[in-house]
Parts: sequence; C-alpha cells; structure tokens
Amino acid sequence: MSNSKDNVTHDFGPTGSVLEQMDLHNKNLENIGVEILPIHTGGTVHAKRIPGFFRSLKWALASVWLIFFIGPYLRWNGHQALLFDLESRQFHIFNLTILPQDIWMLTLVLLFCSMLLAASTTVGGRLWCGYACFQTVWTDVFTWVEEKIEGQPNKRIKLEKAPMSLNKFLIKLKKHAVWLLLGFLTGFTFVAYFVDVIDLWSRLFHFEWSLMETGIIAFLGLATYFFAGILREQTCIGFCPYARIQGAMIDTQTELPTYDIERGEPRGRLKRVKPGEEAPKLGDCIDCNLCVAVCPTGVDIRYGQQFGCITCGLCIDACDSVMEKLKKPKGLIRYASLAEFGGEKLPALWKRPRVIVYGSIMFIALGTLLWGALNMASIDVKALHERSPLYVQMSNGSIQNKWTVKVVNKGNNPMKAEITASGPEDLTFKTGGVLNIQPGNVGAMTLYVQIPKKTLTDASTPIVIKVVDLNNPLVFEEYKSNFIGPKVH
Amino acid sequence: MAHNNPWPDEGNTGHIWDEDLRELDNPPPLWWMLSFYAGFIMIIFYALYYPTIPLTNASGEFTKGMTDWSQINEYQDDFKVLKDWRTAKFADKEEQLAALPVAEILKDEDLRSYAVATSKALFGDYCAACHASGGAGVSGFPVLADDDWLWGGSIAQIEATITNGRIGNMPAKGMMGNLSDQEISDVADYVIALSEGKADDVAYAAGKAVYTKGMCMACHGPAGTPMAPTGAANLADGIWRFGSDRDTVVSVISHGVNVKKNGVHIEGTRQAVMPSFKERLPNADVNIKRLAVYVHSLGGGQ
Repeated sequence: MSNSKDNVTHDFGPTGSVLEQMDLHNKNLENIGVEILPIHTGGTVHAKRIPGFFRSLKWALASVWLIFFIGPYLRWNGHQALLFDLESRQFHIFNLTILPQDIWMLTLVLLFCSMLLAASTTVGGRLWCGYACFQTVWTDVFTWVEEKIEGQPNKRIKLEKAPMSLNKFLIKLKKHAVWLLLGFLTGFTFVAYFVDVIDLWSRLFHFEWSLMETGIIAFLGLATYFFAGILREQTCIGFCPYARIQGAMIDTQTELPTYDIERGEPRGRLKRVKPGEEAPKLGDCIDCNLCVAVCPTGVDIRYGQQFGCITCGLCIDACDSVMEKLKKPKGLIRYASLAEFGGEKLPALWKRPRVIVYGSIMFIALGTLLWGALNMASIDVKALHERSPLYVQMSNGSIQNKWTVKVVNKGNNPMKAEITASGPEDLTFKTGGVLNIQPGNVGAMTLYVQIPKKTLTDASTPIVIKVVDLNNPLVFEEYKSNFIGPKVH
Repeated sequence: MAHNNPWPDEGNTGHIWDEDLRELDNPPPLWWMLSFYAGFIMIIFYALYYPTIPLTNASGEFTKGMTDWSQINEYQDDFKVLKDWRTAKFADKEEQLAALPVAEILKDEDLRSYAVATSKALFGDYCAACHASGGAGVSGFPVLADDDWLWGGSIAQIEATITNGRIGNMPAKGMMGNLSDQEISDVADYVIALSEGKADDVAYAAGKAVYTKGMCMACHGPAGTPMAPTGAANLADGIWRFGSDRDTVVSVISHGVNVKKNGVHIEGTRQAVMPSFKERLPNADVNIKRLAVYVHSLGGGQ
C-alpha cells in the first residue's frame, strides 16, 4: 500500500498522536484505541467562553429548545395544541388526535430519529452531541449563568478555593437558586405536555398538585440541576450510552473537528532567536492551550479523535482567533475527515453506502408516517365473528351469523354509528339500532345477518359490514368478513 | 504443571494451558464480597419474616414467620381489592338489574349490554354443559341461538323457563298409544314432508290420515305449527329437536318424550328436562334476569 503518509516523518513530541499509525483503509477505526486517550478527571471543567462562528451557531441551535418551553402554551380550537393526555389515552397534536390504535406511528418517528442520528453522525460526527443534545444545551446555559454570577474561569477557580465567607455564600446561593429555577421550569414544562398548562399553574398556587405531578416535577427539576449544574460533561463521558455508540458510527470519511498535525507540529512557543543560534523549525501550533481552555469537556483535541470530544467546534473558534492574531491561515483545527488528511478525496454524500442505507430507511419511515397521518380515519371498525356457534339454522330456512361490531370514534365529535351489512341480494340483517359514541370511546353492537340456505353456494360467503357516522356521512369504514354456513355438497 | 511455572509471583493457581493461558487466584472485589456477606445476614431476617423452615414431613407444618405471609393470602387480598372495586363501580347497574322488570332491561341498550357482558361466565357455569357455549346446542339439547322456541322466545317466557324449568311431554305411538309400526312409518314420512313443504303431495296421504288418527294436531297443530308455545315442536320448519333423519323421527314417535311406566322412563323414550334454576343459581333473582337477557340476545329472541 503506497500511502503519502508513509513517507512523511514527524517528531510528534508530547502529543503521542495515533494518527501516524492510522490505516485509512480501515474504516472501523478499531486501531484507534480510545482508552489510551486521557479524559478530564481533575475536578470541574471551567471552560473559557470566546466568541466565534461555532459559538454563535451553538446559541442559534440551542434556541430551538425554546420551542419546548413555549409549546404547552399554544392553543388550538379551545384546547391545548400539544397535549399527551395519558388519562384518557389521547394524544392531541394540533388538529390531530392520536389514539392508542395509531401508536404504531410512534415507532416510525423513533426509527426516523435514530436513523437521522446515525446519518448525521456518519457525515458530520457527533452533531447531536455538540449542538442539539439537551445535556449540552442545558449545561451551556447553566455555565453561562455561572459565568454571569461568578465571573470568568480564573475567578471561579479562585472562588472555589477561597474559604467560605458570607460573600461567597451569597454568590453561590444566587447561582444555585437560578439553577434550581431553571430545573423547576424544565420539569414543569415537561409535565405541562401531559396536563393542561394553565390548570397546572393555577393548581400550583393553590397547592393542589397531585403527588404524581409534584414527584415528577421535583424529580426532573432536581435531575436537571444535578446533570446540567453539577455533573455536566461527566454525563457525556461516563453516563451517556449514545456517546459510545456514536463513536462506533464514525469512520475515516466523517468530518470532525480535527487538529492538523502536519501543519501544527512540532509545536512550541515563539521565542526570540539569539544571535548566532539557528531558529528552531516549529509548526503553526504555538502551544497556547486555548483550545483546551475553551473545551466544555476538558479534552485536548490535539491528541486526535477521542470519546471525550463532543465535536462542538469551540476549539476551532479558539484556534482561529489565535491564528488571526498570528496572521497565519485559519483552520489549524478544522472540520475535516481523516481521509482528507491522508490525501484522499471524499466521495460525494450520495455515493457513500452508509448515507444511502440510512437515507432510504429515513425516507421509508417518513413516507409511511405521512401516509399514516393523511389516511388516519376518524373511525376504526372491528367486527368479531361469533365462533360458538359459527352459524345457526333459523326456522325460516335461513342461516344466521352473528358479529360483535366494535366502533372506535377517533374524531372530536360525538358519533352516531349506523351499521349495515351487504352481500348476496337476499341478505337481511338486524342490529340494535344506532350506536352513539363519544369522542375517543368505543361502542359495541351485535349484528345478526341472515342469508337463505338456498343462496349459499359455499361454506364461506364474503360480505361487507359498513359503519357510517350519521352525523357526518363522509366518515365511514367498510369491514370485509365472511359469512359462514353449512358445508354445501 | 506447577513445577514449570514461568510466573511464580503473580498468584496464579499453577494451572497453565497452551503455554501462557493461566488461571489467576485474584480475590473478588470488596463490594462484591460485602454484598455476599450481606446476603448471609439477610437470610436470618428473611427466615424470621417469611415462612421458611419445614417442620415435619407428616403434618406439612412449617415456621410461619412473623407476618404469617403466604402467596395465597396475598392473592386473596389482591383479589378482594379487585372485587370491591368492581362491586363499587357497577353498583348502580346491579341495582337497576335488581329493580327493573326484565323487559325494561332489554329495552335499555346500556343495561342490556351490561347484562350480556356479565352473563358469559354465568352461562358457562350453569347452562353451557347442556346448551354448549354460545347456546350452540348439542345433540338432544336445544339450540338457544336460533329462533325456534318450544316454550316461547319472548323475554318473559325465557325468564319463566329458566326460573321454573320445563319438562317435555309427548306420548308414545300417538295420543292413544295405538299406532301400528306401519302407521308410524307413514306418519314419519308425512312430518318430514311437512318440514320440506311437500306435505300436500298424494304420496303422503296415508301419513296425513295417521296424523289425524293419532291426534298429533292436538299439540303440533293441524299444519304442523303449534297454536301456542306448549313445548310441542314446530314440525313445519327446518329445525328438528331430536334430529332430522328418518330413524330418529320414527324412534321419537314410537317411544315419545319423557314417557314413564311406574315412575321410570320406558326404554327408548327421549328425556327432555330443563331443571328449575331459582334454587340452583346464586343470587337468583338478579342472575335469572341477566341470563334471560343473555339468551334472548343470542340470536333468536322475540
């Protein structure tokens, strides 16, 4: 194998990068041992915040989560627009009412989301982790609050080391109070998707929350406080299963924030050269450690790809700002794939097998979902044929079959269901009249069908049971069943 | 093995395979050992709390534990909760069933379906042994799902049948018991023709005469259709109480139904007895109504 990297030799110095030993034709990355790369274990990570493109992008994407907080207050036709009413087993999504019968669509939503996660990860690395995940976003907001109250990282570290005083206590109290408030809002908003939000607020001030509501809000509030305020990046490193799964979804063609070793090494601080001495040959990395200082998980990107890295791009902002000052080209740390560093050309997105497979599964899931949503009838009919006896000989020479017809009203208005049967011309039927069904309820009625024995040419005769809503004749469903008779010889 | 141990100091057991595959003698982690010992201590409390130690084989006795807990007690407690819940939830419906006459229950669709839904187990326990599940009927026992009723198919008549029971009655060899074998054969052909709508054919003239001579019409009516529901079968329809083949028809005419001599059924006679259920059913006043509604809804109620 002739590889351009084989001819390049570098003194990697203290980085110990594994990129050197990389075989770019092995897409499994199994020769990158993640366990040899260090993670931050030295106490709380106090990351520096500096402005930049990725910083702005992170805020923009994080603001999408505001929809989560606004969601419960949207109204639609006099009810909450997004209400997952578990008690009456109805999900309201704007005009759509989803009953347990339609819950299969949830599996498609989950399938679509998991494939989206896989596809985005294989193309752009841990995009979810870096920009969208609630753990990342909430931690970002919590540390932003911390910075506003306690100051820059060096001030925070100083405050942490200082002995307890009234001043320190007040500062800490302020921070934890804001954190707890954010946690409470998170838990409250979550619960507000399951019960009416205005009712929930009013019952809060009357101290009328049920034990369940109080428990869930308190639990989620404290969990938010604990995970986003206290545990932070350790959640991503030690708790989150997806972090590890996504590591396995990355291959050599995946674009990730990567340190350009060839350009950066050997790193070193710029020193004035004394007369007579030869200037050391240094790479572009001046070893300022700003990329480490801004990292929310406290990793050193220069070690190469590692599982502590959530690919948030903040180190790119930091490095670019330094390169700008040094008047060197930006992109010493940049979004690039290992294949690019190896001098290979990346195939187009739609030519990568994984993108094609993930994409087609997503397409199928989305298509089926759309079909399901468009064809979701507001009526559901099941007709259960009586099995004992399958048929009865009547005194007028007819054969009678019996069905229990169950009608689900999936609409929002009361239903007047009329049940009819059709089949051979001389078929007659009898029901107990019109069935009144409230929205979201099930009604059942017995249907007796008679067919003269002489008409039956087979032991089984197909018939159609039709249920029409008399309040709205456009709502109907036809159910195919078989009329069973004696064997005809 | 052990005499050739290249790793004498690493604490292996001396079991070495394939040159370097060896069994180490590492202690389990501390947390694991602690939970192991905690398990031992737990046993003591467990044995005190729960039934644990069998005492003698013969008596089946055992230590009952501090709480006298047992699975069956727990099941019964749980079941009582369910039963109480059910009783409370449907108390008003049960009250209505008890208070209303059965015809009113039938008219109220809500109450009717409640009665039907709560009758399935009851019907299975008390009725299905003869009438089969769903009232499908078995040989010799009437089908309840059709519209052919010996004693009437109105809800009141069904209620009366369940309450008091019914005893079928048909004399052997005609009303006077004087039909000859030939006459029985002729009249059997005639009633089969009745059910097929061909009775006016001259071929059955002899049978028709026997039908009159044996006074069959007294119960079965002049045209095979009984005037009133008195237990006599409708001979003009296609439904046969005891079977439609000619041998069975001849046998029923010859030996009758419930014909007794000196208090004992004669040989070959059909036994057709529906017992009274007012003493047999628990909570009979409500449950008879419930079952009447259920039977009426099986398919042929009038």
